[in-house]
Amino acid sequence: MAAPHFVVHNTDDTTGVVVVEGVEAGDELTGWVMETDGTVTVKARDPIPLGHKVSLGDIKKGDTIIKYGHDIGRAVADIPRGGHVHVDNVKTKRW
Amino acid sequence: MASPNFWGYRRTDGRVGIRNHVVILPLDDLSNAACEAVAHNIKGTLALPHSYGRLQFGEDLELFFRTLIGTGSNPNVAAVVVIGIEPAWTGRIVDGIAATGKPVEGFAIERNGDHATIAAASRKAKEYVHWASELRREECAFGETWISVKCGESDTTSGLASNPTVGNVIDKVDAMGATTCFGETSEITGAEQVCAARAATPEVGEKFLKTWSDYNDFIMANKTDDLSDSQPTKGNIEGGLTTIEEKAFGNLEKIGKTTKYIDVLKPAERPAKGPGLYFMDTSSAAAECVTLQAAAGFTVHLFPTGQGNVIGNPIEPVIKLTANPRTARTMGEHVDLDVSGLLRREMSLDEAGDALLDMTVRVCNGRLTAAEVLGHREFVITKLYRSA
Repeated sequence: MAAPHFVVHNTDDTTGVVVVEGVEAGDELTGWVMETDGTVTVKARDPIPLGHKVSLGDIKKGDTIIKYGHDIGRAVADIPRGGHVHVDNVKTKRW
Repeated sequence: MASPNFWGYRRTDGRVGIRNHVVILPLDDLSNAACEAVAHNIKGTLALPHSYGRLQFGEDLELFFRTLIGTGSNPNVAAVVVIGIEPAWTGRIVDGIAATGKPVEGFAIERNGDHATIAAASRKAKEYVHWASELRREECAFGETWISVKCGESDTTSGLASNPTVGNVIDKVDAMGATTCFGETSEITGAEQVCAARAATPEVGEKFLKTWSDYNDFIMANKTDDLSDSQPTKGNIEGGLTTIEEKAFGNLEKIGKTTKYIDVLKPAERPAKGPGLYFMDTSSAAAECVTLQAAAGFTVHLFPTGQGNVIGNPIEPVIKLTANPRTARTMGEHVDLDVSGLLRREMSLDEAGDALLDMTVRVCNGRLTAAEVLGHREFVITKLYRSA
C-alpha cells in the first residue's frame, strides 16, 4: 500500500484522520486501518484539511462518534459518509 | 533494544544530571532584577525569574516551596545562588536545596540593597562556575535517567503517531528500570476510566480517579462556558481535534501499551517508590507542567507536538517530535525528531521509538535540543489560588 490519504485507529471507529494536504470534495481516499493493517476507501464529500476527520459512514444527529475504539462525543447534525467531522457537527459529552 | 549507557554528572545525592547549570534562583518577584544582574555579571550562570513568592499561604505556599527547592535540587543543576528580599524564606529555600549535598548559598536584599547583594552573590556565583566547570561526566546506565512526558498544541497526528512513539519509548525504558512521569490531569477527561485501569494496583487507580475528580470539580465550579474555547485549544481545533474526549485518548497514547503507573504524585512531588511510571497532578499547560516535572527531579523531557508548540525549560531539556508533515516543514527549527514517516507508512512504530530513544541518549550525553539552542526557558510556577 502506498502512503495513505487517511488513517483509522481501530476497526470500530466511525471516523478517520486525513494525513495529507489538499483533500478536495470528490477525491477518492484510501485509508489505513492501523489495528488490522487493513485498507478502507471513501469518497470525500467536503474539502478536508490535514489532520481533520472524515466520516466513514452515514452518521445521524445524536449518534456517538467512535475513535480509538472509544466514545469521543456526539453528533449535533447529520454527517454523510465522506463528510468533514469537526466542531460544527460534533460536541463533547463533557463540560 | 539493549539498554544503552550515557554520560552524566553524578551528584552527591546519587542522582545523575545531564546538564551542569549554576542557577541564580530568586525567592520572589522582587529579587528577579538582582538575579538577572548576577547572571549578566557571571557568564555560565542561569537566572530563573518568576512572578511569585510573596504572601502565598497554605497548600499554595507549600507547592511554591516544593517547586523552588525541587528546581534547585534537580540533578541538572550543579550549584545554586538564592536571592530573596528577606533572609527567612531565602534560608528555607537554601536549606531545602542543601539537603541534596550540592553547593548553595543565600543572599537577602533587605539591609543590603541590590548593589551589595549583587556584588556578594556574583562573587559566590563565580566561585561556583569555576568549580562546576571542572566536573566531569561519567558513564551511567540508562535506567538512571528520569524522563517526563507531556504533549502540546496536539492535533490528530499526535494521537496517531508522535504520542505512540513516546509511548513506545516509555515501554522500552520501563524495562530498563527508568523513572518516568506523565501528567495533564484535565486532559484525561473522557478517558479517565481507561487511565484508572492502567494503574499498577486498584488503590493507585482510586488515587488517580480522586485526583482527576477533584480537578474536574474545580473546572466545573469555575467555568463560564463548556470550555470549548480553551480545552481543546484553538490550535488543537485548527489541527483537527474536536472534543476533549478525542484529545484525551490521544494523550494517553504517551504511556505506551504495557507500562502501568505505580503512584500518583502531587504537583512537583518527588517520586518515592523507586523506578517506574508515575502520574503527576498537573495543569495541561505545557510550561506549567514541565516546570512541575523538572521540580520533581526529572532530567529529560519528551514532548510530542502536532501544530508546533515551541516550549523549552531552563533546566530540563525538552526534546520535541512531530508527526505532522506541515509542522516539520514549516517549523523545522523547533523539531528534534520528525516521525511523520509513520503516517506515510515509511517507518514502523518500533523504529520511530528506537529513533526517539537514540535522540534521548544523545541529548543525555550533551546534545543541545532545539529549544535549548533557540533559548526557550519557560519557567512557569503553578499557583493554586490568590495570595493573601
